[in-house]
Amino acid sequence: MSSDTCSDTHGGLLIFKPSPDLPPPLVAVGIIAWLKKNLFSSKINSLLTIAGVLFLWKTIPPLASWAIIDATWTLSPNPDTINPGTTEKTGACWAFIFVKFRVLMFGLYPEQFLWRPILAFAIFVLVCAITIFRILQTRLLIVLWFLLPFPLFFLINGGMGLETVEQSLWGGLMLSIGLAAIGIIMSIPLGILLALGRRSKMVVVKSLCIGMIESIRGVPLITILFMASVMLPIFLPQGMDINNLLRVQIGIIFFSSAYIAEVVRGGLQAIPQGQIEAASSMGLKSWMVTYLVVLPQALRHVIPSLIGRCVALFKDTSLVIIVGLLDFLGMIKASAQDPEWLGYDAEAYIFCALIYWIICFSMSQYGKSIERRNQW
Amino acid sequence: MKPSAFSISKPLITTLVLQAAVIGIIFYAAHGLLVNTQANLEARNIASGFGFLSLESGMPISNSLFPYSAADSYGYAFLIGVINTLYVAFIGIVMATILGIFIGVARVSGNWLISKLAEIYVEILRNIPLLLLLFFTYSIALAALPIPKKSLAPFQGFFFNNRGIYLPRPIPESGFSMVCIGFILGIAAAFFIQWYGARLHRNTGRIIPCFSLGLVAMVAFPSIAWWVTNGPLSWEFAVLKGFNFKGGLVIRPEFSALMTGLILYTAAFIGENVRSGIQSVNIGQINSSKALGLTPGLTMRKVILPQALRVIIPATTNDYTSLVKNSSLAVAIGYPDMVSIGGTIIGQNDQAIEIIAMWMAVYMTINLIISLIMNWLNARVQLIGR
Amino acid sequence: MIDNPIIEISNLNKWFGNFHVLKNIDLTVNKGEIIVICGPSGSGKSTLIRCINRIEVHQKGKIIVAGTELTGKIKNISNVRKEVGMVFQNFDLFPHLTVLENLTLAPAWILKISKKKAEEIAMKLLTRVQIQDQAFKMPGQLSGGQQQRAAIARALCMNPKIMLFDEPTSALDPEMVKEVLDVIKQLAHDGMTMICVTHEMGFARQVANRIIFMDAGEIVEENHPDEFFSNPKWDRTQKFLHQIL
Repeated sequence: MSSDTCSDTHGGLLIFKPSPDLPPPLVAVGIIAWLKKNLFSSKINSLLTIAGVLFLWKTIPPLASWAIIDATWTLSPNPDTINPGTTEKTGACWAFIFVKFRVLMFGLYPEQFLWRPILAFAIFVLVCAITIFRILQTRLLIVLWFLLPFPLFFLINGGMGLETVEQSLWGGLMLSIGLAAIGIIMSIPLGILLALGRRSKMVVVKSLCIGMIESIRGVPLITILFMASVMLPIFLPQGMDINNLLRVQIGIIFFSSAYIAEVVRGGLQAIPQGQIEAASSMGLKSWMVTYLVVLPQALRHVIPSLIGRCVALFKDTSLVIIVGLLDFLGMIKASAQDPEWLGYDAEAYIFCALIYWIICFSMSQYGKSIERRNQW
Repeated sequence: MKPSAFSISKPLITTLVLQAAVIGIIFYAAHGLLVNTQANLEARNIASGFGFLSLESGMPISNSLFPYSAADSYGYAFLIGVINTLYVAFIGIVMATILGIFIGVARVSGNWLISKLAEIYVEILRNIPLLLLLFFTYSIALAALPIPKKSLAPFQGFFFNNRGIYLPRPIPESGFSMVCIGFILGIAAAFFIQWYGARLHRNTGRIIPCFSLGLVAMVAFPSIAWWVTNGPLSWEFAVLKGFNFKGGLVIRPEFSALMTGLILYTAAFIGENVRSGIQSVNIGQINSSKALGLTPGLTMRKVILPQALRVIIPATTNDYTSLVKNSSLAVAIGYPDMVSIGGTIIGQNDQAIEIIAMWMAVYMTINLIISLIMNWLNARVQLIGR
Repeated sequence: MIDNPIIEISNLNKWFGNFHVLKNIDLTVNKGEIIVICGPSGSGKSTLIRCINRIEVHQKGKIIVAGTELTGKIKNISNVRKEVGMVFQNFDLFPHLTVLENLTLAPAWILKISKKKAEEIAMKLLTRVQIQDQAFKMPGQLSGGQQQRAAIARALCMNPKIMLFDEPTSALDPEMVKEVLDVIKQLAHDGMTMICVTHEMGFARQVANRIIFMDAGEIVEENHPDEFFSNPKWDRTQKFLHQIL
């Protein structure tokens, strides 16, 4: 008891003065305590730590020297040093990426028109920034995103004064982002319709939606892409022809909408029955209840999962290489197989992984931050 | 009619009319499609129907679990593809689960370094496309390994080169069936020990190390049979002949690349499920186990795991079906799965509709089976609440 | 009371990071004694009793329970935990096991007694806390009061010498508090050594041999219940009593 420090009395009562907080002993805080608690708390943990350190010791230094210290960053005027086979290369050759950079980003898009996709990309980034920093109201943001594809498509495709650029020349990261972005934007309304249809009381509509959703989710994206690319022309009336890019885009939109329907359904299920009862009791018709009360809440609820779908779809667009489109990964692979630049697979794939990783990781972190702050 | 939750509730007649209209539109569209399709098929001179399945395929298949030659039919070739898909899916699910559990446990480990390493693994693998990973593993299997003449030979009879991994092929001799019987007996004995141990514990409270004893039995029985029959197994070693190896057991680079990629990728997702499952268990459960004096091992087995599985199983069901679907990426690196072989068939006879229908049927069947099994498991671990 | 200490705590200090939660705690509990600990939230009372079975690890000082000193030694910790039963605020029954399985889990695997014997003991204890007819239900199907009584029975299954109660009634609906307190009173009556953290002052006055009042990580006052309520020695105690009574 703390009687020695608190011997004052007040009306016959001893007055309690809390004794001062002492700093913890060194065994409880500080680096040593941290190490002991987090790395060497038991024999097994100590062994694991040593194994982990050994693993890092064996992997990081050679990797670092390959990727940074011994790497070639610039094209040397002496052709021997960049010509594989003639000199023993010890490090990575990032010059390869610089040489191929334009193709990796834009495919075979003509050089004199490059300002167009660059401008389109700048606008895209601007809209992303507006969304992230919430400069506009949600309502306006939605409108903005749905209108966005039209000017960007016009910029890249041309027409109405701008010279048209053949779609077979499109490629690289531009194509990957384009396919994913349009895929998501178009599949959200479609997915919402499918989700509402799945909850409909009308048997025909309901079974149609369930059939659509489940059969798309039941098969790999590749088969959908095959279908879009090979079967769509067979289904269309003779003489009506749409190009491969558009067919693939349609396939991606259908694919994505089935998954988004399931995400939206999760949100619809999370809305408490009380909300519906409250809205109905105010005299709203049931379609009004759905569109004014239930759907907005459900969508707000599922935004993090929707961002998860964006990440997944962006990764999935890499599959278009299988039906002959040269997206970012496709261009990477093509560059790695360029006979003049053989032997740089590792550099190509690592660069590709880095770009995909940066984009996907930032998206998922953004999703997590929304979930944490419950922002929308 | 009562105003109902989400439906667009209208008087009965309106609903019926609407539905009839939907049916009408569907039939009209289907009819249009049928007409177009027939016209297109005729114009392009494409046959229809499944008659082609009995025709000779004439295509070679590099990886086949069963004897196959180009003289076999399309149907058999497709079946080989289906078997390859199932094979990849099965091994992939088993291995990804094992690796995923390790990663998930490492993620929640009290060891900071180990948990950070696991986190880095998960965050890298989940944020790159699987196809990129496959290209990468395939280019390592092809480019980083030497040509057959300069094979790596870490052990006697093992060769690693860019044509594949060559292992000695076991050739059973007479008496090998004894070893097999010994193995089966060993497994039976292990099950018996489990059952007996549980019974003993129930009846007397005594605890015997069932797991170790079972393991001993599983090793001992076949070993004794092996020793009695004097080692009835010989090995056929791969031998370098000309530019390539002949004989032995070969694991093709396409297969090893596909498996490595699929397993590493899926394990990251399963690891996340395991982590969130374990973290979903209330800290109070661990405290009350401690207070009862349960050891950490028992706490894990009897308290944490059964509760974590409630979260882990549904999420992992999705990852398993994804793995099956993702195995179709085999086509990109030339492993002959069902999609790859089907694609070749489309290339030869243009009968895309039939092949795509077959793909869908097989994938949906596999995924249905996985869902059924996992839902059954899930029903067993769900809690009954008030 | 005859001095027969079963818990001896001397100069106990604990920190959470840089936060000094327990300061120089000295406390001796005799066999059969019933101690009630009260105090404002954040005063360290729960942490103190969690140190007694080492659910929390202390950094300085000495804790001896039933003759065993609590150190990092696994064997000592498990010996102490066998002697000490604990009941938590949120019951923390295992939700995936039936009530009966909750009770038999530790006896079957730690004390290694047969299932039949363990079930017999468990049913006896369930009868004692008057929920024998709930034995085959899942915890989620029970009311809060029933769950807490099951949790008490679960702790008793290990036949402990000491029982720790960490606010056993604060998560309960008011009408269920009595049924749980009655069970604890019955235990007290049977001579169990108990330390109970609670805000139920009526209960404290009825059953406690000693009341300990804590604030800011320290024991402010340690007193006989009658004295404690009618004639507290410290101003801080009086203020606390004014606030809650």
